[in-house]
Formats: sequence, C-alpha cells, structure tokens
Amino acid sequence: MKRKLNGPADRPGTAGPAVVGWQEMPRGCVILNPGNALEYQTGDWRSFRPVWDENLCIHCLRCWIFCPDDSIVVRDGTMVGIDYDHCKGCGICARECPPKVGAIEMQKESGA
Amino acid sequence: MGQKVALTGNEAAAFAMRQIDPDVVAAYPITPQTEIVQHFSSFVHDGRVRTEFVTVESEHSAMSACIGSAAAGARTMTATCSQGLALMWEMLYIASAFRLPLVMPVVNRALSGPINIHCDHSDAMGARDSGWIQLYSESAQEVYDNLIQAVRIAEHAQVHLPVMVCQDGFVTSHGLENLEIEPDEAVRAFVGEYRPEYHLLDPERPITMGPLALQNAYFEARRQLAAAMHEAKPVILAVAREFEALTGRSYGFFEAYRMADAELVAVALNSTAGTLKEAVDELRRQGTRAGLLKPRVFRPFPWEEMADALTRPGIRAVAVLDRADTNSTLGGPLFNDVRAALFDAGRRPPVKNYIYGLGGRDVSFAELVSVFGDLRATARDGGTDTPVTYLGVQPRRSGELAAAGTRRR
Ligand code: SF4
Ligand code: SF4
Repeated sequence: MKRKLNGPADRPGTAGPAVVGWQEMPRGCVILNPGNALEYQTGDWRSFRPVWDENLCIHCLRCWIFCPDDSIVVRDGTMVGIDYDHCKGCGICARECPPKVGAIEMQKESGA
Repeated sequence: MGQKVALTGNEAAAFAMRQIDPDVVAAYPITPQTEIVQHFSSFVHDGRVRTEFVTVESEHSAMSACIGSAAAGARTMTATCSQGLALMWEMLYIASAFRLPLVMPVVNRALSGPINIHCDHSDAMGARDSGWIQLYSESAQEVYDNLIQAVRIAEHAQVHLPVMVCQDGFVTSHGLENLEIEPDEAVRAFVGEYRPEYHLLDPERPITMGPLALQNAYFEARRQLAAAMHEAKPVILAVAREFEALTGRSYGFFEAYRMADAELVAVALNSTAGTLKEAVDELRRQGTRAGLLKPRVFRPFPWEEMADALTRPGIRAVAVLDRADTNSTLGGPLFNDVRAALFDAGRRPPVKNYIYGLGGRDVSFAELVSVFGDLRATARDGGTDTPVTYLGVQPRRSGELAAAGTRRR
C-alpha cells in the first residue's frame, strides 16, 4: 500500500537527499498526514541483512519471539520470510536460531 | 480617538495585553518585568480578560507552556527579561521553528555577571538569531503601539513568527509617561480573531508538530524560516499603515529624526534615542547638522533601507551606539549589522561604534553630545582608527590610587 506523501511526512527523520523543496514544506515542518509512520521503512537503516534458508528452517519460531521489530513474517504457525521494509539488521534472529539449524545468515548489504 | 493617560512602560505593556485579551498567558516574574505579570494577573483576577493564566516555576517552563498553548491554536503571550530570557533560550528556537505567533514584551536588563538588574540590551541581543522578530521601543507609547501591532505581524499568514517587543528596563519600564491609548473595542477589532490554519486540537485535521527532521528536511525548514523573515518586512509596514489609519501614530522600520540634511548621524535603540533627540536639537541650535536614526525593527534587519538612509551624500560620519557587546573585539551587534549593510554601498561614510550604558550605567546628555564632537573629527580626518569606543566607562582613577591599592595588597 503506497499512500500519497505529504511534505516532510515523507520520512523527515532520515539521512539522504531532501524529501521536499523548502517552498512546499508545510509551515513549521508540520506533518499534515496522520499515521504516516506506516510509510517509515526502518529497513533503510540496515547494513547487514538476515538471509533465511527455507530448507534448513525447523519453524521453531525463536526468531519470531526475539525479533525486536516484528519483522519475522509468520503465517499459520510457520515462518514464511522476513519483512525487509522494517528489519533493521540487528542480527538477533541469526543468533537465536538454534546453532544446529543455522537457517539465518547475516550478509553485508550492498552499498553498506 | 485616543485618550491621554499616564502609565509606566510596564503598565503600558500590561494595558495592551488586557486589550488584546490573549487566550493564554504563561509567565514568570523577573525584575524589572515583574509588574507586567503582576498587573496582568490582576486583570485576570478581576475578570477583565478571558485569559487562562498559567503560573509556572521558571521561564523555561513559561516558554514551554506558551509553545504548547500556541501549538494548540490559542493566542498566547508571556513576558520576561534578562536571566529569564536566557533561561528560555532553547525554547525560543523551538517557538520560531514551529512558526508559532507568540508575542512577548521583553524589558531589557543586563545579563549576569556580575549580577545586575539594570538596563542594557545583552538579553535581547543574545536572542537576536533565534528566529524571533524584534521590535524596540523608545517610550511607553511605543511599547503600547508595538505590542498591538506585534499580534498582527506575528499571526500574519505570510509570517507566522514570534515577536518580542523590547523596552529599556527601569528607564522605560518604571518611568511614568503620558501616552495615548485606544478604546478596548478598537484594539480588539484591530487584532481580530486568531484563526490558525492548523493546530493540534483540531480533531478534523490531526497533525504532528515537531517531528525529527534530519539531513533530508532540517535545512528546508530553516530555509523556510529565513524566508518568513523576508516576508515579515512588507507585513510590518502594512500593519503600521493600518495602525496609523486607526491612531494617527506612524511607524516604519526606523525613525529618522532630523535626518533630511544631517551630516553627523547617531544610530541607537530604545530610550537612549530620546536623549539623543535632545542632543541633536542642542547641536542644531549650535549650528551642527546632527541627526538620529532609531531602528524600531532589528529582526528582520532592514539593511537595504538603512543603507539608503545612511549613504545619502550629505552624511559625513555615523556613530552606532550599542548597549551590548559581542565580545568579538569588533564592537556591538547593532554596529556590526549597520556596518555590514553599508559595505556594498558605493560611497559610505565612516562608521564608529560606541558601547555604552552596560548594566544600567547612566549615559549623560553631555556624553551623547561628545559623540557628535568625535564624529566631527572623524568626518574631518576621514578615518576610523579606533572603530570601537567604550563610552562612559571609568578609566584608572589615578596613579596614586592604583599605587595605594597595590600597597594594601
Ligand atoms: S535482523 Fe533483527 S530486525 Fe531483522 S529480522 Fe532479524 S531480529 Fe528482526
Ligand atoms: S529460529 Fe531458525 S529455525 Fe526457528 S523459525 Fe526462525 S529461522 Fe526457522
């Protein structure tokens, strides 16, 4: 779901190029678009990416329990993937995945 | 239309606040501003205003409460000076960045230390870069008039910036003067209703104020604030024209006193301009073409207009009087802005700086006349080898006393 962005509502709290021209910015850097935190893809911060191997996974859901950003996607009690829009790359899932299983590996993001 | 009354500068400020009848006032008392808060709280107690008066435990809290109130869409005022203004400092920047149209009388008093309660401009000058509009007032009349106009300037859709209205501590704040006041209804009609475009208590249009703005947005917000200062200039003049139509009293960016054919010109803020007018009159009687330029608006700085006024061919030398120092070794803040304004002028007169009256040190008529004597020499010799003079500071009293002091130790 992509909604229309409104001035600095488009993630004013991130690095990178300006999100809006100064003449278009709502006065006082006010956010006129409520609930827009949904559009804030904290995954932008990530410098390491968890890569999940479906074939090794035993669906114990330890990663789901420990992920601080609710980025392990589970459907019908089964681990189905990682939400890269919000995963910040902390690596907790890879550490908590049982060592004998090792279904999650942290890989450096390109450009990081 | 207006009625003549006798009020102190503080009473004039409180009187204007009563007529403006803001929705919220959050304030903390501090000498010499205390009377403003005291008189205004009497108006609240007596039911003469509808204002919600918030007592707070410090000026930092006063400004914080004002920011919350204005963000919620209420017309909001406070008042302070000196250490109080210093304590507000971080919140001043938040108020202007949120583009909240607060209006605040500032009763200029020296900043500690050493601790002192008397007049100078170091408090307001410390806030000159905070994004607040600054109006300066020579008299109780100007305090009253500037405060009423400040509401319109601050709330103008093109501006939306907070405004401080400065007056000299004790000299103006506690001196009784005759002034003309307008009827309550006239002032209420002039300031009108405050209808912000958006505010925090509007359930139809929820907004967020004060988001984190990092590398990708902060610069744009600051650029926008700089633009609002530009926009404020024509608005200040338009509001002044409307005010003149109502009251007959005229205001601009500065007052030009006997400037038309002046050769030697002094530039000064607030009450000292009053003494300077006397000095100019006396010098004129003696045949010296003296003049005075009294800035009313210091932020935004009307540099183009000031450069025009000070580079008129007849002007041979200019003295800028500062009641504050920048401690840069190159004089006071007004001097630096005036001098910078003249830099690009093809022909510019020599400009000298006089730092005077710090901590309430009296500046005498004779001292101000002597400034024009200096200017005459500057005009003749052309140069300014000592651009900055400390006017009225006591030099070493005598060799013997100094020696005696040494022996005692
Ligand atoms: S790296 Fe961290 S944030 Fe990303 S899925 Fe694993 S635990 Fe969650
Ligand atoms: S912790 Fe490892 S094994 Fe368990 S569900 Fe997550 S990826 Fe699969």
